[in-house]
Amino acid sequence: MIKKTISWIDQRFPLTAFVKHELTGYPTPRNLSYWWNFGFLAGFVLVLQIVTGIFLAMHYKADSHLAFDSIQHIMRDVNYGWLLRYLHSTGASAFFVVIYVHMARTLYYGSYRKPRELLWWTGQLLLLLLMAISFMGYLLPWGQMSYWGAEVITNLFRATPFIGDQVVVWLRGDFSVGDETLTRFFALHFLFPFIIAGAVVIHLVALHTVRSSNPSGINLADKDNIPFHPYFTIKDMFGLGVYLIIFFIFVFFYPNTFIEAANNIPANPMQTPPHIEPEWYFLPFYAILRSVPDLVGGVVAMGLSVMIFAAMPYMDRSRIPGGARYRPWYRLLFYVFIADIFLLGYVGAQAVTPQSIILGRVASLVYFGVFLVLPFMSKVEERMLIKRGLPPAVKELLEGEKA
Amino acid sequence: MSGSDTIDNPDRRNFLGTITSVAGATGAAAACWPFVSSMNPSADVLAKATTEVDISSIPPGGEHTVAWQGKPVFIVHRTPEQIKAMEAKETTIDPESDSKRVLKPEWLVVVGICTHLGCVPNRDPEGGWLCPCHGSMYDASGRVVRGPAPRNLEVPVYHFVSDTKILIGKKV
Repeated sequence: MIKKTISWIDQRFPLTAFVKHELTGYPTPRNLSYWWNFGFLAGFVLVLQIVTGIFLAMHYKADSHLAFDSIQHIMRDVNYGWLLRYLHSTGASAFFVVIYVHMARTLYYGSYRKPRELLWWTGQLLLLLLMAISFMGYLLPWGQMSYWGAEVITNLFRATPFIGDQVVVWLRGDFSVGDETLTRFFALHFLFPFIIAGAVVIHLVALHTVRSSNPSGINLADKDNIPFHPYFTIKDMFGLGVYLIIFFIFVFFYPNTFIEAANNIPANPMQTPPHIEPEWYFLPFYAILRSVPDLVGGVVAMGLSVMIFAAMPYMDRSRIPGGARYRPWYRLLFYVFIADIFLLGYVGAQAVTPQSIILGRVASLVYFGVFLVLPFMSKVEERMLIKRGLPPAVKELLEGEKA
Repeated sequence: MSGSDTIDNPDRRNFLGTITSVAGATGAAAACWPFVSSMNPSADVLAKATTEVDISSIPPGGEHTVAWQGKPVFIVHRTPEQIKAMEAKETTIDPESDSKRVLKPEWLVVVGICTHLGCVPNRDPEGGWLCPCHGSMYDASGRVVRGPAPRNLEVPVYHFVSDTKILIGKKV
């Protein structure tokens, strides 16, 4: 009966062929480490955010007079409302953790290099969408931090040439962030996840065209590829288990870690809280914004700091395989960059003092400096490595995979 | 596109094709307009455009904050000493004389939104304002004396309806 049904479907839709091509027969490098789990985890978080979000939307009211109270209603009156909300608010932070690790892995192992440029760029698009979504979602609880975060970020669009002031009013639908702004942010916050889901499909089509990269950094011969299912479905499931343990520790025991205390005060357009700061995942970029004394310059620097990753396939000019693994200078640069991001994050969370301004400027210069020296460093390093001879391990690998 | 060699006037066909594309694109762009325009402030939001304030109860040295277009507006009753100090003072970031920022020197009316990124500055006991977000400082005339704010606090359009009443959002 099942066989008959499947064969009936197969005559009309390539079900079996699709499953075989993308799953049971999809060749995957056998040496993938756990760093390769984070793409799957990102997909899982996306689904969880969409599901919890839709159920939250059944109780939430996108009206500036009702929004704050409807959150309290969800937290106190709705059955398991607290769980839905904490899953969703913790999930937002988890999404960024997973995506940042996913990006760091790509940078470390050089997975952005030819032929995976488009895969990397669709990922960059997904990052921008994720940032937009989380920013709009953060306004919905209509607390003080929500309000002033939205006020400051929409104000950044004043940097638009000539029509800056009009653009800001247009985005808000009012002269300051208000009821109109809240309602449209809710509409867009509901829409964007489905655009993300579409972009994820494109990301996966690109992935399955160029195949997964692997820690060795070279394309493996057939003998070193194994089917995705069952080998990597099981590996992903194990990773998921570990992830869920950590995730639920936060959801159940420390759910307010990612909710600013000031956000439990209803939005007040007449009073800015004494210290406002964005969510942790925006802190490094916020620090760069603050480090530039000029409004337009700051906005440009911040935009560039996010978008500059797209240029990686061209800025990294080395042809040595294996990303940072076989490239000592690149590895050093990678760790300097990661440390610098943490430093920027620290600065972004501090109040403005002369010391924090200087520290922020130095860290911002290092951030862009890393990208600036990369094109030259990668070429010099490549010459040096070729002259010195590749490590025996790489040579052996290249020989073995020639087949 | 085989058989294009049999067209007796290919230029005419290209021309028609181009015009059709241009007209179609213009139409598509025009169709976007209602959607874009719907996101601009609606009529009821625009109706909040003016605010009338009774200023008789503000004592010298006192400040009163009112909402105008959803934005805070600071109304300050300045003391003679403050007026004197401000008239003598000059600023460098956005130079503007004090007399140009007031209709009557004892009344300062400014939009209470930092010109950097839109936070509401807090009143400084000495008569100016200090922005809690990024540390911009304004004097008792609302002029910026320390960045990152690029401009002085905005002076809204307003006029005195009577000696004790002002209307913000409208010139005489």
